[in-house]
Amino acid sequence: MLRSLRGMRIYLDHNATTPPHPEVVEAVARAMTDLVGNPSSVHEFGQTARAALDQARAEVAALIGGAPAEVVFTAGGTEANNFAIRGAAAAAEGSERTEIVTTTIEHESVLNTVRALGRRNWTMTLLPVDESGIVEPSALERVISNRSALVSVMHANNEIGTMQPLEALSRIAHAHGALMHTDAVQSAGKVPVAVHDLGVDLLSMSGHKFYGPKGTGALWIRRGTRLGPLLTGGRQERNRRAGTENLPGLVGLGVAAALAARRIEAETARLSALRDALEEGILRQVPGTAVNGARTPRVPNTCNISFERIEAESLLIALDLEGIAVSTGSACSSGTLEPSHVLTAMGLGPARAQSSLRFSLGAGNTQAHIDRVFEVLPSAVEKLRRLAPAAVAG
Amino acid sequence: MSGGVDSSVAAALVARSGAEAVGVSMQLYDQREGAGGQGFGSCCTLDDLHDARRVARRLGIPHYIMNFERQFEEQVIADFVSEYGQARTPLPCARCNSDLKFSTLLDRARGLGATAIATGHYARVDRDAATGAFRLRRGRDEGKDQSYFLFSLTQAQLAAARFPVGELTKPEVRAQARELDLHVADKRDSHEICFVPDGDYAAFVERRSPRAASPGEVTDANGRVLGRHAGIHRFTVGQRKGLGLSSREPLYVLRVEPDTRQVVVGPAAALDRTACAVREVNWIAGEPPAGPVHAHVQIRHRHPAAPAVVTPLEHRCARVEFAQPQRAIAPGQAAVFYQSDVVLGGGWIQ
Repeated sequence: MLRSLRGMRIYLDHNATTPPHPEVVEAVARAMTDLVGNPSSVHEFGQTARAALDQARAEVAALIGGAPAEVVFTAGGTEANNFAIRGAAAAAEGSERTEIVTTTIEHESVLNTVRALGRRNWTMTLLPVDESGIVEPSALERVISNRSALVSVMHANNEIGTMQPLEALSRIAHAHGALMHTDAVQSAGKVPVAVHDLGVDLLSMSGHKFYGPKGTGALWIRRGTRLGPLLTGGRQERNRRAGTENLPGLVGLGVAAALAARRIEAETARLSALRDALEEGILRQVPGTAVNGARTPRVPNTCNISFERIEAESLLIALDLEGIAVSTGSACSSGTLEPSHVLTAMGLGPARAQSSLRFSLGAGNTQAHIDRVFEVLPSAVEKLRRLAPAAVAG
Repeated sequence: MSGGVDSSVAAALVARSGAEAVGVSMQLYDQREGAGGQGFGSCCTLDDLHDARRVARRLGIPHYIMNFERQFEEQVIADFVSEYGQARTPLPCARCNSDLKFSTLLDRARGLGATAIATGHYARVDRDAATGAFRLRRGRDEGKDQSYFLFSLTQAQLAAARFPVGELTKPEVRAQARELDLHVADKRDSHEICFVPDGDYAAFVERRSPRAASPGEVTDANGRVLGRHAGIHRFTVGQRKGLGLSSREPLYVLRVEPDTRQVVVGPAAALDRTACAVREVNWIAGEPPAGPVHAHVQIRHRHPAAPAVVTPLEHRCARVEFAQPQRAIAPGQAAVFYQSDVVLGGGWIQ
């Protein structure tokens, strides 16, 4: 026990957050020293700050194939999702459109925002997923109507990594005059994302999921899309998000976006090979294991595996005590007994849902880390199965 | 680690002993359910969890929250509700110790490679010089002693139990906490049963078991009806308040009849009993003594143990005969047998 206090620590929880890239850290520090002005000020201090903000906006836009003017900076993915959903709802108020369609496997920042609107005259319609975690376009086809204001479907799922057929879903939404939003927090910066190919109108992203600073993010808003403001006040962000910009953070976000765009192809290939090696190795070396969710299409860094007769909570702790950091699902839901809503929506029973761990890889991981997992995991599982009989009900 | 000062200092003492320590807090119930409102459930509250986490960080040990809501529900709360329904006065802390902390939690800890679990109980464990068996003893601070709640631990459980604050007094524990600069040093003690923070047991039982709130009669010892009551779960032997009766002399609950839902009341003198039957007796040494033993027997948490003769009977039962009558021996509470500060054993009062 507690080897971690002496040995190496291995971070396999990149879907929760990523360590900022050293160039990001440097850019943020430099911005705090050099960019002291308010980007809205007329003078030279302001103009220098404004130029840095414009540069960051251009880099974020380039990462997702949008135009800089379509990017509104936010304080992260949750705010971007709130902005997209509440903004679309505000814009549709007074019209015939009173329904928001989303899925059972969205992040809480989408689900709870739609639920909040559901308590205020909005109809919330949830699309199911199949056993592999995919939303069938036919499911949307069945429920959508000219009363639908917004369809919000995540691009990649945070817990299982599977990716949704957004192109097809966007076409259906648009055919019925609804806006299409995607929470791309787990895909932007990890896999190539092109807003025009996806066909969406709104796309949320978060800086700290791709080596940028925490508390930074953006909502891409297709030109011409009507959206009410989330924060009112000054005229920052083209009247769409009031408040003096988090300049150092956003400069860091811009650097992270530029780095991601440059590395995405090579890193995708490297990470998927590493992830596949991890997944295959676990399935081979640990009896009673299975992968949750479709193995393709999936972001290259994520795998979610269930371990029969294991309480995931205990296995997570056992691995952490050996210096290996993983997760039981969404970081936001740890400490609750409820089995993952994502795995449950896929039709997995509570026993399997509560015996599942998420491994999410990232830039710092190497084959040596995977080898270390193989050293620790099989015996940890064996020991838990022997000494702490899982009390998970079928 | 509940976030209180006792388990915080216990953790500190373990960490300082050179052992590899891992801090664990148990999440036991969801507080949103009751009258508690928006709170996040845990052993106590979200603030207490933060306290535990801060202490662990300060001590430089890892800290985890383990979820035992389901087990706590099945092993402690269900028993608590059912005991009230059967006209007994439950002792959930003792159930939690033997059936959860030194059982499920110990299993989990062993799965992680731990050899023992330490808690902040005021009690002591040592070994009998002659037999080598583990002994459970009162904590050194007589006013804080919690051995009463630990009587049902077995030899195997005691072998894995560490009570680092058992050798300290409460003021010493607080002084230790201050010395270690733990921010919980002056945190106030908790007194209520953790899952009923407002102390309204009757309301809790009614939420879990609406049938409990069936009315019945209040009678005197001769069966004369004196009034009505709103459910037997509201009464405990020796209780004076809440009877809704007016009489010249104060009346107390003498006994509660679960089948007829009758609450029998009488004067204080009628509460005195010189004997009680005890079931599910745990003899700490592992085996019952060969014959009757002289002991001091404690019948509730704050009761000053009274001289008695304990006679072991078949089927894990025992009979306790006190030298002097004892007031308000309540079924469902524990009778714990002591010789000086050593716990011989104990069982549930019938």
